[in-house]
Amino acid sequence: MATSTGTAESEALTADGMGAGEGVRRRDFIEIAAVSAAGVGGAAILIPLISQMAPSRDVLAESSTELDISAIEPGQAIKAVFRKQPLFVRNLTPQEMEQANAVPVSSLRDPESLADRTKEGHTNILVTMGVCTHLGCVPLGAGEGENRGEFGGYFCPCHGSSYDTAGRIRKGPAPANLVVPDYQFTTDTTIVIG
Amino acid sequence: MSFPWARVYEPKLPLMRYLDEKLPLPRFVYNAVGAGYPVPRNLNYFWNFGVLAGFALVLQIVTGVVLAMHYAANASVAFNSVEHIMRDVNWGWALRYAHANGASFFFVVIYLHIFRGLFYSSYKAPREMIWLIGVVIFLLLMATAFMGYVLPWGQMSFWGAQVITGLFSAIPLVGEPLQVWLLGGFAPDNAALNRFFSLHYLLPFVIVGCVILHIWALHIPGSSNPTGVEVKSESDTVPFHPYYTAKDGFGLGVFLIIYCVITFFQPNALGHPDNYIPANPLSTPAHIVPEWYFWPFYAILRAFTADFILPAKLWGVLAMFSAILCWFFLPWLDKSPVRSGHYRPLFRKFFLFGLLPAMALLFYCGGAPAEEPFVMLSQLATAYYFLHFLVILPIVSSIERPEPLPYSITEAVLGEDKQAVLGENARPPL
Repeated sequence: MATSTGTAESEALTADGMGAGEGVRRRDFIEIAAVSAAGVGGAAILIPLISQMAPSRDVLAESSTELDISAIEPGQAIKAVFRKQPLFVRNLTPQEMEQANAVPVSSLRDPESLADRTKEGHTNILVTMGVCTHLGCVPLGAGEGENRGEFGGYFCPCHGSSYDTAGRIRKGPAPANLVVPDYQFTTDTTIVIG
Repeated sequence: MSFPWARVYEPKLPLMRYLDEKLPLPRFVYNAVGAGYPVPRNLNYFWNFGVLAGFALVLQIVTGVVLAMHYAANASVAFNSVEHIMRDVNWGWALRYAHANGASFFFVVIYLHIFRGLFYSSYKAPREMIWLIGVVIFLLLMATAFMGYVLPWGQMSFWGAQVITGLFSAIPLVGEPLQVWLLGGFAPDNAALNRFFSLHYLLPFVIVGCVILHIWALHIPGSSNPTGVEVKSESDTVPFHPYYTAKDGFGLGVFLIIYCVITFFQPNALGHPDNYIPANPLSTPAHIVPEWYFWPFYAILRAFTADFILPAKLWGVLAMFSAILCWFFLPWLDKSPVRSGHYRPLFRKFFLFGLLPAMALLFYCGGAPAEEPFVMLSQLATAYYFLHFLVILPIVSSIERPEPLPYSITEAVLGEDKQAVLGENARPPL
């Protein structure tokens, strides 16, 4: 159809504008062209209508968080906010790190070592999202005196998932370890998440 | 109902046959805007504006529902949430401009639709009910547009709310308590903004309901036409689809081109810069006017400047509302049995050289400052406006000698009805 030219077509037209005999008629061409243009135009309108529901620029602008971790003593944890979600930063004690490294990685539900989940040279700093991988509750254990569960890490009170000192799932319904977000050490005591 | 020669829906696919038995929605659409609705063959482009108004309504509902996902109806954040839509939300600027200019274009097509009805006397029997529902739709549309304009909570929004609700304070005895009740306070604030948002979201769906009644009422006698002669036989009509879907489609294309030019290149041309200033209850903008589509009625409101038995303020409000309410009586004020202005020489003169210039003047004066000569001009135009509908129209319709009407639509189109083979052109060539 795209190759048929105006002259070729108009020769095939009779006085009433209708095609005579075989071949593509002018009216078919106009109809298909008009409906296609309207269809493509209509579909293009869906782009803004769908895209407007995605995170807006002010939400995306909050997508990185800078954190000073110098005040966290070994054994302590803090809660911060990253993308409107809780973030746990924990300074592990040597015993806790030993406890985490003592577990054979292959025996875990979601096999990762402590080294996999921390940055080189800062294996004592465990940065995880405070969002249970089961259904999104906030686990306990970051605050002073909270229940850390039977593996000494975090314990989710909603459905009883227990995480160990490396934030790895050890017991309960959660399918995966607490998520380690993308982050960088910008200095020895400052991290930027996101 | 339809003409006896209307084509009958015959589903071919088994699924469509099944659906037709259980829920004949495709049949309903076929009879409403498909090949099952026979339409006079001689409609001109003035008959496009009903479909265009329907399109504008859908456009406003779609963009409006989407904007409501991002807007916050609270006096402390409303203005900022609109700026948030403009700056942060993906495509938010396009959606807001599409909605704001969509309102203007809705009124453009509605005014043309109404003036089509006035010139061709589409309001006459047997179509009075269509007209009456149409006037109700117009009133609902004005209320919806007004409340929508308040939502951005800029200076014009705020003072528009103040002034328009102030109209009700002109009513004797109950006026001021009524205004306080409408606003939920002594001045526009959170309560007013919240209820305006609620109603601005509700009323469009009430309009949809009225539009369905409007079209239902239309489909009983069928569409009128530029000759005003009723359909007599099958040769007077063509099926709505494909003939008028194509013609309306072309009109829609032209409409969309103009709409897009304004929306994308002059999106603020029809608005007021003052509305980009956050609402300030302590300072009124120097020159406060409503949106352009209210100007004729605003001019009528301001045309009454002297107390005469009743206070001037009350006269203005009464006149403004009467200007639209008198449309309800049109089917009975215009007693001429001839519909189309083409065959009514005297009516046509008053319409073209009386009503149209008066409306144009009212449009202009409504947007002009409240000073001379605009006040006097709007007084003259207001006087003519009411004279036209209440005095001239009844007199003209009883003394006028109309020009001879064609025997039928077919004769008007082809010159002769005898040559027309019944059914010719009634079916699209396949």
